Amino acid sequence: MKNSRYLPWVAPVSVGIAAVIVWHALVKAFDVPHYLVPSPALVVRTLIADWGLLFGSLLVTLKITFGAFFMAVLVGTVVAFLFVQSRWVEVSFFPYAVLLQVTPIVAIAPLIIIWVRNPTAALVVCATIVALFPIISNTTLGLRSVNPALLDLFRMNKASRWQTLIRLRIPSAAPYFFGGLRISSGLALIGAVVAEFVAGTGGTSAGLAYQILQAGFSINIPRLFAALFLITVTGVALFLLMVFLSKLALGSWHESEVKQEA
Amino acid sequence: MAAVPASAVEARVPVVEALSADKVYANGTRALNPVELAIWPGEFVTLLGPSGCGKSTLLKMIANLIAPSAGRLLWWRHGFDRVGEAGKQLVMVFQDATLMPWARVQANVRLPLDLQKINRDSANSRVAEALALVGLTGFERHYPRQLSGGMQMRASIARALVTDPNLLLMDEPFGALDEITRNRLDADLIQLWWKKKLTVVFVTHSIYEAVFLSTRVIVMAARPGRVLAEVKIDEPHPRSDAFRVTQKFAGYAKQLSEHLADASSRGATDL
Repeated sequence: MKNSRYLPWVAPVSVGIAAVIVWHALVKAFDVPHYLVPSPALVVRTLIADWGLLFGSLLVTLKITFGAFFMAVLVGTVVAFLFVQSRWVEVSFFPYAVLLQVTPIVAIAPLIIIWVRNPTAALVVCATIVALFPIISNTTLGLRSVNPALLDLFRMNKASRWQTLIRLRIPSAAPYFFGGLRISSGLALIGAVVAEFVAGTGGTSAGLAYQILQAGFSINIPRLFAALFLITVTGVALFLLMVFLSKLALGSWHESEVKQEA
Repeated sequence: MAAVPASAVEARVPVVEALSADKVYANGTRALNPVELAIWPGEFVTLLGPSGCGKSTLLKMIANLIAPSAGRLLWWRHGFDRVGEAGKQLVMVFQDATLMPWARVQANVRLPLDLQKINRDSANSRVAEALALVGLTGFERHYPRQLSGGMQMRASIARALVTDPNLLLMDEPFGALDEITRNRLDADLIQLWWKKKLTVVFVTHSIYEAVFLSTRVIVMAARPGRVLAEVKIDEPHPRSDAFRVTQKFAGYAKQLSEHLADASSRGATDL
């Protein structure tokens, strides 16, 4: 079982390399013009040549993504705690959380951009709305998923509400919460990109989505690919970061993180 | 009615009394007919019966986790609110070990003391004593998932004993274990009961477990849940595994199973 440690890395990387080689070969073989599909080499060259421009935009998109992710975690956790305080609160407000989730962000983004003066803040609000729901639903579910016998045990020991929350409900909710983080981090990035598309903000606050729009208008397809590449890498990096955080928090005890002993 | 140890005068105060306590659920289901029962200090009483006989319901009423629909329960001749005042402790061991998976064995066993805000050092030394009692010394730093089912149950018992309880309630604690492990734990439990002069109310559906452990068996039947009979197990302590293969053991097992069979055949004609 020696190779099983590296397999999760080696296998997907091999697939990626193979895909790039096939892509390159196809572009060369059929002599595809670069304004339709650029070769991987051209994308890399563009990435280096336009690095100043693209890196600035990457920072803008990252700022919005992390801002939205942070807000979603903060608001989502607070809302989840309010939900578990009483069934009444949850029953009354949960449908509206769903409403927020199912409304397409492109449909409400123009409104938010009008209402919120600061363009960065407007984009953060849009992306937060996209990223919020998994945190609310997962954390609420987690806080409710307490082993009933353990609750009885706490009751028999006359534990206070606070002791039960800190020592029982929060640790029980942790695996669900981290599951929510994984989904939400990806959604924050998607929300940021979509909101940028709608806002179409240029100049110093131009994010990667704006670069894609502009590259599309001017048929600068290599740059479009380069910007797309950066968004993808950001998404993967975010996901890995969440996996790492989850391992850090749950690694010692939770089934999802504990290595299977042979 | 009950076996009253003649030794101490204090023994004349029952630990728990159920006075016509019954349980009817909101949907009208009768979980338990009115029960008259007294548990005396130093007894090992087993509630024996099939699923749905209300034995767990009765145990939870004794634990004050659910309230009777009618009738009442007394602890040391008082209402439950006086239990804490008198420095009395009741503890419960559940069907599963119900350990906190995120906490090490030491922190799990220490939980009742932590909730009482007892200082960490003296709490840890009491945890060490409790772990020694159940034979888990050296496993303080393990997580529950690293222990076998039987060892998890031992940790759960250590957590119950760490507060020096006046009454230990056990709800089919070894039901999920294999028979060999169960017999080991039964033998160790009865030793503990003897050594620590515990008072135990134990729920099981195993006739053999009931005979081996109990000083008194309350036989119960289902639909509706009710008490059928009480059988005193007249075998001196400390008991060893040798008791399991005696004529006397078989006799008691036969007597208990006849009570249970009677009830179920009568139940069948009711249908």
